Amino acid sequence: MMPHELLKVVALVSVGAHPVTGRPRRAEQDARAVELGLCLAGKHLHLLHAGDAESEALRGYLGMGLAEMTVLQQPLHADILPALGSYLGATDAQLVLTGSQAEIGEGSGMLPYLLAEQLDWPLVVGLAEVESVKGGVAQVLQALPRGQRRRLQVRLPFVASVDSAAPKARQSAFGPAQRGQLQSQKVAVVEDMLLSEASMQTARPRPKRLKVIKAKTGAERMRAATAKASAGGKVLTDITPEQGAEAIFALLKEEKVLR
Amino acid sequence: MKESFRRDPRNEWIARNRLHPLYSALQTQEASWIGPSGLVRKNPHVSGFIGPNGLKRIDRSGVQQGGGSQRSGTKAAVQLPLRIIEQPSFYIVVVPDMVNGRLSSHDKDLLGLANTLAGDEGAVVAVVFQAHKEGGFDTAGVDRLLHLQGEAFADYSPEQRVTALCALDTQLNPAHWLVPDSRTGGGELGRRLAAKLGERPATRVWQVADGQCIGRAGAGQQDMARTAPRLILAAAECADPVSDTRHEVRAIELNETLFHRVGRLDNLGAVAVDPALTPMAEAEFILSGGNGVKDWELFHQAAETLGATEGASRVAVDDGFMPRARQVGATGTWVTAQVYLAVGISGAVQHLQGIATCDKVVAINQDPACDMVKRADLAVIGDSAAILQALIERVREHRQGGMHDAA
Repeated sequence: MMPHELLKVVALVSVGAHPVTGRPRRAEQDARAVELGLCLAGKHLHLLHAGDAESEALRGYLGMGLAEMTVLQQPLHADILPALGSYLGATDAQLVLTGSQAEIGEGSGMLPYLLAEQLDWPLVVGLAEVESVKGGVAQVLQALPRGQRRRLQVRLPFVASVDSAAPKARQSAFGPAQRGQLQSQKVAVVEDMLLSEASMQTARPRPKRLKVIKAKTGAERMRAATAKASAGGKVLTDITPEQGAEAIFALLKEEKVLR
Repeated sequence: MKESFRRDPRNEWIARNRLHPLYSALQTQEASWIGPSGLVRKNPHVSGFIGPNGLKRIDRSGVQQGGGSQRSGTKAAVQLPLRIIEQPSFYIVVVPDMVNGRLSSHDKDLLGLANTLAGDEGAVVAVVFQAHKEGGFDTAGVDRLLHLQGEAFADYSPEQRVTALCALDTQLNPAHWLVPDSRTGGGELGRRLAAKLGERPATRVWQVADGQCIGRAGAGQQDMARTAPRLILAAAECADPVSDTRHEVRAIELNETLFHRVGRLDNLGAVAVDPALTPMAEAEFILSGGNGVKDWELFHQAAETLGATEGASRVAVDDGFMPRARQVGATGTWVTAQVYLAVGISGAVQHLQGIATCDKVVAINQDPACDMVKRADLAVIGDSAAILQALIERVREHRQGGMHDAA
């Protein structure tokens, strides 16, 4: 893809957690957002993090080929939205990329929505690719379930969240990660009230839903217990290939899988 | 089959209990009675019994006495009791996904949760955008239905839909909003609504009880318990669907006329994607080949013409006809296709495990006794090459016909 040199892209990054060990790392979806930003703006991509500037995991993003990152100093249980909103409102960013949800903390996935609401910018959910930017209007592809894509047109500036359909993040190199600069800024802190009333606990595996048989009589219960899982479908024997093809075609048509 | 007469103590108990919701369904109708004017009235529908062929028989010899009519009360389809909420004290609003115009199982779970939250006082409102094909709103637990149609809500229009939902919020002031936290639209719409209303939602919620809700947090390693907020984005299987009541699906309207801002997102439509590049685990339509396929050129050509993602059984992979990444089954990929077209696959247990969640399975096979044919919704017995060739021609003919229509 051609780098859109003139496009000013900001990628919001967070500290993730390894799914098995729980150790801090670069967050999977945020790394994909950075990858997409690198494709669009190259070295001019601006990385932004709100949180602790001392966190070593943030260097994982710098190791993807960026020299510096801005960190808005925030304590652990703070509402980072006002700080991010006022910072981004003051810059001339045209595209803000985020992952779709955080890997630690609440992880509600609300940040891109609230940020778009606060800045009054449009929001693209599940950005997969930016096809072109012309005259302040971007043509983008949105990822849908089952690998499908939808083409959207949106005017700049806008917020976009990426999910696992975005291009896979490149590896992080150790040397550049250590040489990169974390530029920290002091900003106002707003306390997040939710975490005082909510409680976190280790996730329990959810119980499997049982098949409930609502039979009123013994005969019905017996029938339900002895019935085969499925009765089987239509079997067409002794037919010409054309008739068979016609039957399959009718089913494909009915299921709307022929495009 | 001749049915033997059995007493049903439960039904007898219901027939004695006038306050039971099923009482009226079990009342035996009398054959004749004295009308208000003193004339004898007869109900001809009560006499006789249903014969073994499903036809009604009237036996006047006097042998048939009573037995038939005693059975008929239990045989009639039981009408579920209707729940009517005339003046609800509060509303619970559900915005179902309506994938393919029907309530998904996720939507039904959410309606079940809404009914437990509504209790005896509240009413459950479902908001449906655009045309739908659902006929079971009453048994799914919808008391009120708001059906919004129009150009503005066509296809993908999250901003316009949120505007309509905000108008509904001021009209009904619902106690709770319930939206499925799904990738098929609900997760996005619910979060947009939350941002617009300024409500802080609980997301990925899997349990709501006693005013508390529990939802997954972070990357799924932790749960977050909190008091249930007004807006809840619930995961699948958050509650049991409604099963034993019927609800009046009373239509309601939006009071205010909506003025839509010009949308900031323009939908330019779906993009044709290369089916070979979609990951097999989430492909919609898979053409899978096995040991019975002899002409692999034709197989690839068929996949291209049909626009299907290619898959293979273990034998085809072991013999080197297909790459290992394309193997379907317990040792390969577990697929979730809507249509799975299996050509020359006999259906080993491991393979059938891999396609367990597929919606429709079509088999093309020589052997009518094989396991794949038993699993399939449609099986065509015959030479796979000839059938694939005919199918390719049929689809090409259809595509060209479509082109002529368009021109």
